[in-house]
Parts: sequence; structure tokens; C-alpha cells
Amino acid sequence: MKLQGRVFKFGANVDTDVIIPARYLNVSDPSELAKHVMEDADSSFVSKMKPGDIIMATTNFGCGSSREHAPLAIKAAGISCVVAKSFARIFLRNSINIGLPVLECEEAVDRTNPGDMLEIELEKGTIKNLSSGETFRAKAYPDFMLQLISAGGLIEYTKNKLKSAGKT
Amino acid sequence: MLVPDHFVPNKDIPSAEQAKEMREFARKHGITYFEVGQMGIEHVLLPELGLVLPGDVIIGADSHTCTYGAVGAFATGMGSTDIASAMATGEIWMKVPPTIKFLFHGKLRKWVGGKDLILHIIGDIGVDGALYSSMEFGGEAIETLPMDGRFTMANMAIEAGAKAGIFEVDEKTLEYVEPRAKRPYHAQKADGQATYSRVIEYDLSFIEPQVAFPHLPSNTRAVSKAGKINIDQVVIGSCTNGRLDDLRLAAGILKGRQVNPGTRLIVIPGTQQVYLSAMHEGLIEIFIRSGAAVSTPTCGPCLGGHMGVLAAGEKCLSTTNRNFVGRMGSPKSEVYLSNPAVAAASAVAGRIISPEELV
Repeated sequence: MKLQGRVFKFGANVDTDVIIPARYLNVSDPSELAKHVMEDADSSFVSKMKPGDIIMATTNFGCGSSREHAPLAIKAAGISCVVAKSFARIFLRNSINIGLPVLECEEAVDRTNPGDMLEIELEKGTIKNLSSGETFRAKAYPDFMLQLISAGGLIEYTKNKLKSAGKT
Repeated sequence: MLVPDHFVPNKDIPSAEQAKEMREFARKHGITYFEVGQMGIEHVLLPELGLVLPGDVIIGADSHTCTYGAVGAFATGMGSTDIASAMATGEIWMKVPPTIKFLFHGKLRKWVGGKDLILHIIGDIGVDGALYSSMEFGGEAIETLPMDGRFTMANMAIEAGAKAGIFEVDEKTLEYVEPRAKRPYHAQKADGQATYSRVIEYDLSFIEPQVAFPHLPSNTRAVSKAGKINIDQVVIGSCTNGRLDDLRLAAGILKGRQVNPGTRLIVIPGTQQVYLSAMHEGLIEIFIRSGAAVSTPTCGPCLGGHMGVLAAGEKCLSTTNRNFVGRMGSPKSEVYLSNPAVAAASAVAGRIISPEELV
């Protein structure tokens, strides 16, 4: 799958409270959550971004709470991928589980400017900066995580697993 | 089991709908649901009821599930989909994390507790200093640390990015666990061949009460170096510091004193049992006479949910665990983190101070 979008850049330790503040957690409808994504980091983010755009950040993206609303809000807003130097553990799991593409690549983050256009090939793990012409390779996923991703997330993966075990 | 603790007693209609859905799901599938009146903050409640025990592997849909490392369990937080899948299949995938060992030597200084030790660690290694790792706490000073202080430390392992924060089971653990356990358990401990990715040692004679400044738990300073910071609100409670020892510490300072007229103090016992014990010991009366508001157990203000949300420009000193932008309300508010003694003393002074300044 090829993803293409413009880069919005953030710094280190972007926490789940700024990705989606708890004042909006009394609903779990992704389209409602999407209206407030990244609100406390950049209040105009939602009005500036377009579907397909890419969030880029440095280290420990998604630290803090285990709220799945964080990757759900990013995905429902139409962000196609998050590229960071590193992700917080629970956020990484949640993203893969709900089908939000996330890639770890230090070099790409260092060598990309806000507003650059990127083209990402998820299967190959390549990140091409169309503005500079440079191509970067993201950290590869282990096999079982690729299976989860290709199943479309953990719910589909678990359904398939239960089905093949004859439990549904 | 299901514990609604973030937004109950229901703070608004959408939260009421969420609680209703959860309650009906629990009834339909025969899952234990802790109703208002029985519930408490999950991470205070489950150990108190003996539902989490040494040697257990526990996953929970809340990042502070790591709290149970205090009883020698391997406990870690995940998202709701992970938990749902585990409920459906009885299985979950995990990678074995590398372990970082933290050793504390010497004696705790006056007014220093578990909160200060964990804040000191996070200040030292950073909010991703233990990313994907397991933290193991030890050293002679840890042996003397009461269970409530150990819960506080394990609770904030996630604030260093860790997967778990684990204490070795000792006499103090068994004294806590034995009368509560209703099933057999098997304590595990690191053997002589255990390998550590890092071993970090601290001398307690250098550690004073810590305050984490906005907007990261790693932004720590010794309380003596806090400077003059006036505060609008103080919160004492949460899964980090809502246990009986925490309330005793705060009441000890508030007894015979008044909350500063420019500051409001909110005290939240972690569970109904903590509330009852605090009542029997006369702590609740001390809080109310000092001018504090005392609430039924809830996570409420810690995550800006309810029961103490901050306005723009307000500063709060809180015994909770996170001080991110907008964590307790307005994105223009500020949260400082400390132990309950510093919080109580500061509520009296109206600014961040060390309890020493009051004595």
C-alpha cells in the first residue's frame, strides 16, 4: 500500500493527553474524537491537515495513558501514518491493533522538514521524501506483527483465529 | 473484572451511557462489576481485596496496571482491544522485556517516601528512560519502605516508559498479601543468573522531597529549590497516592491548621475501605476542619475528568502521576506533582513548600 501526504512535525514525548484530551473521552465515536485530535499540542491542527497527511515526531510518541482513543482519533481524522524516532509501548500496540500505520525511522525524522511531501510503502517499510528525493528505510516489524497488520488489526486477527479453532 | 473509576459517579450523560453499557455487558457475561459504593480506584482496590497476588501475570486496560508490581506480580497496561482479545481467547502476545535494576542505599530522609524515589528516578532517566523495559526496585532502603510506598513507586513505572515495575516479595509483602489472598499464589524472584541491561544505584542521603514541574514527570526539582510558586488547588489522592498511609501523612500536617484562603484542597480516598479507615482514625474530620473538600473515591481530577478540573492560568499541586499539558483541565493550566506531605503543607502555605517550613 502506498501512502502519500504532507508532513506535520512534532517534538519529543507527545503524550496521549495532547493527542486526545480526557475531556473528550466520555464518547468513543472515532469521528467525534477526530474533531479534537492533537488539540492541546496545536489547536489549529484539525483545520490545517488534509486526509492522507502524515504526523512525524521525535522520541516517545504517544506516552502516557493506555487510551485507545489516541490512535483512533488520529486514524479517524484521516492521518495516513505516524513516523517517529520511537513510540511509547502501549501506543504502539494500540496503533497496530486498530490499524493505524506507525513507522520507526530516526533518519527520516532528522532529514524531513515540516510541509515536505512523503511517499510511504508500508510493505517495504520505505519512506521517500518527494521534496528532497531521499529514501529512508523504517525499522522492520516482526512476522507476527505483520500478520496482525495484514489481517486489518487485532479484532479481525482474533476473529480469524477463533474461526479456525472452530469457536465461532 | 470491570471497575468503572474514571468518570463515576457519572459526571455527565455520555459517561452515564458508558457506565450503563459496561454494567449491562458485565451482567450479561457474568463478569464482576464494582458498582458505586463498592468501587474504588482500581489500582488501590484490587490489591486491597487480594485479587492481585505475587507471581501473577496481569494485564489491564489502564496504563497504571503496573501498580501491582508492588506485590511481586508482572502487571502491565494495554489498550481495550488487547484486553478484549485476551478475554476472548485467553491469550496475549508479549515480548520479554530487558530489566533495569534500581538500588537504593542508606536511610530515607524525613518527609521522603516512595513518591520521591520514583520521581527522582524519572527525573534521572527521563520519561522514556525505561521504554519497553521492566524496572526492578531493590536495596536495603527498599526493604524498609512500607507497602503503600511501594505501590506508589510501581504505579509510576509507566511514567518512565516501562512495561512493569517490580518489587521482590519479602516479609512486608506477605504480611500484606496473606490475610487478603483467597487462592494459592507462587512468589517469583530473580535468581543469581538474572541479567540486567543496566544497574542504577542511588544514595538516599542526597534525596529530598521532589516536585515535578510542568509539563513532564521528569521535570523534577528538590522541593527546597522550587522557588515561590503560588497554587490555586491541591489534590491528595489517586492510584498513586490515595492510600491510608498517604492520608495519614497529609492529616498529620493538616491537624490544627487551616488551608490557605487562596487555595482549595481536595482529598480523595482511593477506596471505600480507605475512606472508612480514615474516618475511624479521625483523618476525615481533620481534613474537613482544615477546610478541605473530601470526595468519594474517583480518578476524577487526575485526568481532568471531574471533581477538580482546572481553569486557564490555574496552578495545581497534585499527588497524582502526570503533569502533561491540559492533564487536569485547561491546556493553559499547570500541574506540579509531589508526595502527600508536601501537598498538605503547600495547601496550608498557599505555595509550594517543604513540610519542614511548617514545623
